[in-house]
Amino acid sequence: MKKVLSDVLVLGSGAAGLAAASKARELGALKVVLLDEKEEPGGVLPQCIHPGFGLHYLKEDLTGPEFAIRLYERTGSLGVKVVNSSYAMDLLACKGKRVVRAVTPEGITEFRSRAVIFATGARERNSFEIGIAGHRPAGVYTAGEAQTMMDLYGGMPGQEVVVIGSGDVGLIMARRLALQGANVKAVVEMLPYSGGLARNVQQCLFDFGIPLYLSHKATKILGRRRVRAIEILKVGDRLEEKLGTAFEMRCDTVIVSAGLVPRVELLERAGACMDPATRSVAVNELLETSVPRVFAAGNALIINDLVDYAAIQGETAAKNAINLIRNRRFPSDRWKPVVKGRNIRLIVPQYISGRREVSFYGRVMQPEENVYLKVPEIGVELRQLRVKPPEMLTFTITCRKFGKLKEDKITVAVEPRG
Amino acid sequence: MICIVCPLGCELEVETGREPKQIVRIKGSRCFKGKEYAAREVTDPRRVLMAVAKVRDGHLPVVSVKTDRPIPKQMLREAVKAISKIEIDAPVKAGDIVIENLLGTGARVVATNNVGKAISILTVK
Amino acid sequence: MPRTERVAIIGAGITGACVARVLSMYRNLEIHLIEKEVDVGWGSSKANTGIIHAGYDDDPERFPVRARLCAKGNALWRETWIKELGIPANWPGDLVVATDESQIETIKMLLERGKRNGVPHIGIVWDRKELEELEPNITSNAVAALHAPSAGQFRHPAEAVIRVTENAVSNGVRLHLATEAIGVEVRKGHVLGVETSQGRIEADWVINAGGLYAEAISRMAGVDHFRIHPRRGEYLLFSKDAYPKTERILFPTPTETSKGVVVTTTVDGNLMLGPNAQDLRREESEATDTTREGLDLVWKEAQKIVKALPPRDKIIRTFAGLRAEPEPSADFIIRAYGDVDGFINAAGIRSPGLTSAPAIASEIVTIMKDRGAKLVRKRNWNPYRRRRKTFKESSYRGRDRMCKQNPLHTKIACQCELVTEAEVVEAVRRGATTLDGIKFRTQAMMGDCQGSFCQFRIAQILARELNIPVWKVTKTGSGSEIGIGDITVLVEKDGDKGA
Repeated sequence: MKKVLSDVLVLGSGAAGLAAASKARELGALKVVLLDEKEEPGGVLPQCIHPGFGLHYLKEDLTGPEFAIRLYERTGSLGVKVVNSSYAMDLLACKGKRVVRAVTPEGITEFRSRAVIFATGARERNSFEIGIAGHRPAGVYTAGEAQTMMDLYGGMPGQEVVVIGSGDVGLIMARRLALQGANVKAVVEMLPYSGGLARNVQQCLFDFGIPLYLSHKATKILGRRRVRAIEILKVGDRLEEKLGTAFEMRCDTVIVSAGLVPRVELLERAGACMDPATRSVAVNELLETSVPRVFAAGNALIINDLVDYAAIQGETAAKNAINLIRNRRFPSDRWKPVVKGRNIRLIVPQYISGRREVSFYGRVMQPEENVYLKVPEIGVELRQLRVKPPEMLTFTITCRKFGKLKEDKITVAVEPRG
Repeated sequence: MICIVCPLGCELEVETGREPKQIVRIKGSRCFKGKEYAAREVTDPRRVLMAVAKVRDGHLPVVSVKTDRPIPKQMLREAVKAISKIEIDAPVKAGDIVIENLLGTGARVVATNNVGKAISILTVK
Repeated sequence: MPRTERVAIIGAGITGACVARVLSMYRNLEIHLIEKEVDVGWGSSKANTGIIHAGYDDDPERFPVRARLCAKGNALWRETWIKELGIPANWPGDLVVATDESQIETIKMLLERGKRNGVPHIGIVWDRKELEELEPNITSNAVAALHAPSAGQFRHPAEAVIRVTENAVSNGVRLHLATEAIGVEVRKGHVLGVETSQGRIEADWVINAGGLYAEAISRMAGVDHFRIHPRRGEYLLFSKDAYPKTERILFPTPTETSKGVVVTTTVDGNLMLGPNAQDLRREESEATDTTREGLDLVWKEAQKIVKALPPRDKIIRTFAGLRAEPEPSADFIIRAYGDVDGFINAAGIRSPGLTSAPAIASEIVTIMKDRGAKLVRKRNWNPYRRRRKTFKESSYRGRDRMCKQNPLHTKIACQCELVTEAEVVEAVRRGATTLDGIKFRTQAMMGDCQGSFCQFRIAQILARELNIPVWKVTKTGSGSEIGIGDITVLVEKDGDKGA
């Protein structure tokens, strides 16, 4: 079995992984290895052919593949060793080294590194996970599958399409299918509001005359070999089903865009502490998991709205990985939990020291207007015009603000104003 | 209408005057780009088109492309048709011009990804 | 040397496949196994609990054939067939849980019946502590349980059908896929052959193992004394990280209709619940759709025999299967007919059909001999369908070796189940032409993501191996293509209409 040594090993060459690998080299790590399971780097970026990538991170509006190329070229010029077509199977911690066993084009390879960054992204939820009953025919795809088929492999999934889920991914796929001549008959959304950005509802649905069925739920798929129809019914504001409102919509394709789940099975199996709210690993402000010197960034850590956040998280993880390697250990930190207060569904990081500046990422449970984002223990109050679950909360608390912290924890909450 | 320039998605309101397409006032935008967008939406709505074009002998059968500037909204369908008719020979590099002047709009269709020739299993570009 | 007799077996489900295997032991038989789908085992055989029943459930007075063949089939699977054919299975044993007095009476009766049917090591457990040791997740309401250690389960029943068929084919059975029986030719009270969608197959013996369609096929031969209607059962399958699971196969005390909703942990470590039992009309032989009411019922019933179930959001798949319920009697119909010589029914193979299948096959041989067949054993019959360790099952050294031998092992096609591209290609060589065919031969797409991550990758491999464009790859044969054409297929059409 081949063995490869490195200072920093990055798993996943999407935005977070590419940014992390480049940053690690930039900060002087001698050997940085970047693994990806696909044949080409970029993660899901190459199939996201629409623009909107890099507005913050590169100050440019690029399509997914262009963004990936930029980041990838940087890793090349910085001397990152990229290994494609490699799937990581196990993570072990062995005497100060982190070991990842992977299958690469050369067979089984053991990667021994001083730090590992998991930037393995996320997978999509399938129709069973959202409780849809019925037949199990061909023609049911997650949005990503449809995207892969169309924009990487030039295939057309179907003709009469219904999209389940009005998050940005669902909206973008609705437009994509319509542009290629499909009849997108509906985008079905359980909640009374769309899960995507308002501008996407405009430019993906309204621009194309695609009806948006809010407060509707898909319940059953019909068709034994190939999709024939889908059953939909109305729900109330508390998602309760309205009897007698079920109707069938004929279609031959169902696109399921029901959210992403981080892919961190390796970390889970290695015993890392998990956070059921994010469905990923719990991390401290260094983005380090409970397995020392193993970090997580990007969608593997928290499902991000913008690719820019994923890239920034990758850089943060890399910076901290390098520091940890250099200093062997930080002066002993007492990790204080970040407690979720009112209307906070998830928050990352889950632990802070109070000695460093921290960038937080979170999501609320319910939409609200005119609120404060509060951290009462240090008197932080940030005004927010509007918060809603599909829009990620991001805020930074400086070292100086943390100076006021006397307690063993901090609470993050959303409170109404006035 | 909702502004599509950036993720904020301000709700804009455009007051038009007596002349067709004469704009009196634009309300609701938080930046100047939004005002520009609103003005154009009313007079001459345009969109950037993203699609894929077929590739011959590439390691992938299609390459993602985009127009280098927004084209009139009502031409999107025709534009997709025009792109569907062409086939490019591999290798293609991001930035390569695939169609010089799309349907007379002056917009170029450029590749946004690299597609190498279909020979090796591992490609590092 | 007696003359060659030609045998046509209609239906390559578990019954037809086992009959084919057993008949392939004889040198003077030319055996044709006819199946209307593009792969074997796609009827009832692929969508059931996969349990190898102990055999106490079948009343020898009312259902003598089932009672006779179930325990016998169980022993055949356990002692020889599973090992010879390399079919993944395990033997956790089962517990029939009783929670009140009347249920205790029932399991006492099952105990006696089991002994009568020849079920080994069967007994009732009264001690609470012992019950908990056997099954930590048993409901606190359990007052006693019937324990049958001889019960087992296949990793997946379709896998069993595939391996039995492969062995049969290696022993000379001719497999006709995508071939639908449309008529049975009978002249002067004797069978002459089967008319199929692919032409006529001459036969001296026609064995009807047509599952849900056995009634219609029997009618083709003029035998009309029974009805078959579908009984639907729905299932819920949990992810591997969903707890709590179970150690044994758990049954509730059975009712008149069915054995009830089972709670078991599959060979691969997924908790599975089901089936309910819903009788459908005879025309509804394609109603394999799940219903929310049915799934809710399964969930509710399962809770009665365990302490706890995992959260419902850990369900990764729901599915439904149809069993062929015979009427007027719920017993297997395995017999020949004086007035249609050469025609043998193996119909109404409802539960415990999967378990009984090897015994049904022996029964068919007995019937044929009774009806005058002269069967000569082969000297070189090969009982084995060898099984190599998969990539997933191998150690790291083993995996490295596999990679060196075949570089296609370095490409992982399905990550959840660690199935390599080489294994997918091998499945195609073994006869898979569809995504489901790959699934049942490799376990690909059966993991926690249920194919949402890997289905397309596998479709590409299939497309390459079958030399077809990727959108023509099907899930289950013609009519289930994954796409409709290349990316431009609708654009040009749209344009032609002058939109």
